[in-house]
Amino acid sequence: MSEHIVPVKTYIGIFVALLCLTALTTGVAYVDLGAFNTVAALAIAVAKMLLVVLFFMHVKYSGGLTKVFILAGVLFFAILVTLTLADELTRHWSPTPTGWGTLAPLLSRFF
Amino acid sequence: MSTATIDVHEVPTGSRVNYLNAQYGVKSWLLTTDHKRIALLYLASITLMFFVGGFFAVLMRLHLIEPQGALVQPETYNKLFTMHGVIMVFFFLVPSIPATLGNFLVPMMIGARDLAFPKLNLLSWYIYVIGAIFTLYAVISGGVDTGWTFYTPYSSSFSHTSVVPTALGVFITGFSSILTGLNFVVTIHKMRAPGLTWFRLPLFIWAIYATSIIFILGTPVIAITLFLLFLERVLHIGIFDPAIGGDPILFQHLFWFYSHPAVYIMILPGMGVMSELITCFSRKRIFGYSFVAFSSLAIAIISFLVWGHHMFVTGQSIYAGLIFSVLSFMVAIPSAVKVFNWTATLYKGSISYDAPMLYALGFIGLFTMGGLTGLFLASLATDVHLNGTYFIVAHFHYIMVGGAVMAYLGGIHFWWPKITGRLYPDGWARFAALVIFVGFNLTFFPQFMLGYLGMPRRYAVYPSEFQVLNVMSSAGASILGIGYLIPLIYLIWSMRYGPTAGPNPWGAKGLEWTTPSPPPTENFEEIPVVTEEAYDYAHSTVIRG
Amino acid sequence: MAIHHAHPPGFAHQFEDMQQQREAGSLGMWVFLLTEMMFFGGLFATYIVYRALYLPSFEIGSHLLEVRFGALNTAVLIGSSLTMALAIHSAQIGKRGAQVGFLITTMILGAAFLFIKFTFEWRHDYVEHLVPGFGFAIRPEWGAPGAHVPMFFCFYFFMTGLHALHMIIGIGILAVLTVMAHRGRFTPQYYSPLEVSGLYWHFVDIVWIFLFPLLYLIGGRYLRGGH
Repeated sequence: MSEHIVPVKTYIGIFVALLCLTALTTGVAYVDLGAFNTVAALAIAVAKMLLVVLFFMHVKYSGGLTKVFILAGVLFFAILVTLTLADELTRHWSPTPTGWGTLAPLLSRFF
Repeated sequence: MSTATIDVHEVPTGSRVNYLNAQYGVKSWLLTTDHKRIALLYLASITLMFFVGGFFAVLMRLHLIEPQGALVQPETYNKLFTMHGVIMVFFFLVPSIPATLGNFLVPMMIGARDLAFPKLNLLSWYIYVIGAIFTLYAVISGGVDTGWTFYTPYSSSFSHTSVVPTALGVFITGFSSILTGLNFVVTIHKMRAPGLTWFRLPLFIWAIYATSIIFILGTPVIAITLFLLFLERVLHIGIFDPAIGGDPILFQHLFWFYSHPAVYIMILPGMGVMSELITCFSRKRIFGYSFVAFSSLAIAIISFLVWGHHMFVTGQSIYAGLIFSVLSFMVAIPSAVKVFNWTATLYKGSISYDAPMLYALGFIGLFTMGGLTGLFLASLATDVHLNGTYFIVAHFHYIMVGGAVMAYLGGIHFWWPKITGRLYPDGWARFAALVIFVGFNLTFFPQFMLGYLGMPRRYAVYPSEFQVLNVMSSAGASILGIGYLIPLIYLIWSMRYGPTAGPNPWGAKGLEWTTPSPPPTENFEEIPVVTEEAYDYAHSTVIRG
Repeated sequence: MAIHHAHPPGFAHQFEDMQQQREAGSLGMWVFLLTEMMFFGGLFATYIVYRALYLPSFEIGSHLLEVRFGALNTAVLIGSSLTMALAIHSAQIGKRGAQVGFLITTMILGAAFLFIKFTFEWRHDYVEHLVPGFGFAIRPEWGAPGAHVPMFFCFYFFMTGLHALHMIIGIGILAVLTVMAHRGRFTPQYYSPLEVSGLYWHFVDIVWIFLFPLLYLIGGRYLRGGH
């Protein structure tokens, strides 16, 4: 816990920055950037999250333990997503053999 | 530690105020915030659930004495194995050591007066009870037949049994685990006695800490998964519904993201108990303290990377299967580190075969077998043959019963004098340990063979050539059942008639043994100052008494 | 040790001193938020999977939502986070009246968020037959890419519903805090309940910061092809 008292000015500044980023993310969505629309939207969301976490939630002024716990959360969420996608996105890479017939062209090369 | 100054022949239990006799009456128990009393509330409730779950197991084994099934209809058999699994996993094994021994010992071992959030601790017991009531209601209202894994779409769309109350019961009880884990993490971080650095902590605390990490990171995922299942069953549409493009295998991903680490929720605290027992009864410092400590954390972390090995044959991509297979082998490393270190601790120790030590030695053997057969299942090719057979059933019972339950009973026997202030009859305790060991192996070793020969799990009938092995297994289950009843009887007996234990009957190290038995409500008159490492038996001046 | 000294207000017996109690409380809330993160994380993970599999359907679904309500609600929530932070600030410098005022403003903004969500969005979706399980109707103009639009709306309602539930709980907590603040329970030395509840409130805000782009802004909102 921080006993650090953040000045009101900082809070207002962060608030204004968050509003600007909200306007920005909404505006960018109306510009065709292809796949980068998603990247931009997520990057802005992460920036907003960092502002809230660091200043409103005082993590900038708190000890290393809090930061480790937050990073642990991010890491384990990433593990959940990555390994799940490792299955979902590779499931159709190669045809799953449905019987010996599927393998016939392959086997005929050797026998 | 100030162990040396304790007078071992102190005043009898009755004449001193302790946590048991400080207050009387049902209300004083149901509204208590004392971690030691809450531990006993948990002990009573999980013991009840253990015997309910065990009852279903006995019915199953009786049924399987004959190839055509001796007892129940196949539909009923489906419900028996489901209810056995749900109750044993979620309502006995997961809370077993953390909620009973962990609750009792964490503050005592780190020299604190209570957990950081005592009211939250009581709340988590109530949440557990509410979850258990939902699940027991499901049992009474006709049972549930999905298997303890609740796989969709059977559970979400097709089963006509009480899926909703069961899933809600498991969902609710998950919050009990979360709050317990939260309490432990904060307590271990913030409330250690002066001088008790991380590397002076008993290894039980490291194990409980690692377990709590899994509680915190894993349990919320199964909570949301079961909640989504619940919504899908109620609304008849949902994100696992194949009719709108839902992927039932995604349910398995989310389910095993928690439920594989949950296996380590069951075994890690047992490993913590083991480190305490082995050092005490071989009167030696643990071999390789930091390796044992960090292997607990390593197991907790790696356990989150391996869940796909439950899905090698359920439609998962073979590429993902390959990754999960490799990662699964990695868990063997920290597990083996622990087994080797315990064995090395025994080497040239002055070993005494008291009842808790018998359980500990049983654990080493049975856990090793359970772990090594796990490697068969982690490798892609052999798993295709063994998956869905009794080999799996035998494997995880060697870990969960041969490992976790043995350690649980060993721990209960070790700390029973501290918890109740009474000694139990040692001869009976050793006899029970032996009966359990024999009964366990007779029950589950034949199942390895059955599985290898190809007998699938979860079937109510089987070809007659499997009958001999099945009868052996059922005979073993009867012995095992009796083995579990013996401690229940003599432990209850000892609470009233057992001889007074004294503060430290084993001559063990650790802050909990510096308090009187049973401890006072505040645990310590003065918060102790720790000046030495854990398990310093070489310089011990403590007398067994 | 320290337990014999006179107890300051709010001190619990199991701790050695106020400092330890405050640190424990704060760490406890962070650990709880970690579990919340994984709780929402399970839902977000499934969202990511299905979005990868059914992007065209998710775009169609997303374009049926009103961006202006989403953006407005984002601003409302950010404002409530500001007033929450200012409420804690007032406690730190010992201004009781300002604490109560900021807490009430936070609650009003939270309620405004829910009002916009339920009245302008959910009710509208119900009328338009976009609620899965409650008369959802596939529209012919979506064509083949629209086969999985119901999946998008399952996510939309589960995610915003779960978020709204957290908001409702948060408003309940704020109501209790307001009464406590009014009675002068918080001082510059003791304001832990305020601080940890603030963490929770900001966390709920962060969830929305991600829900807004993920639900309302998928693949851009510019006109593409037929819609």
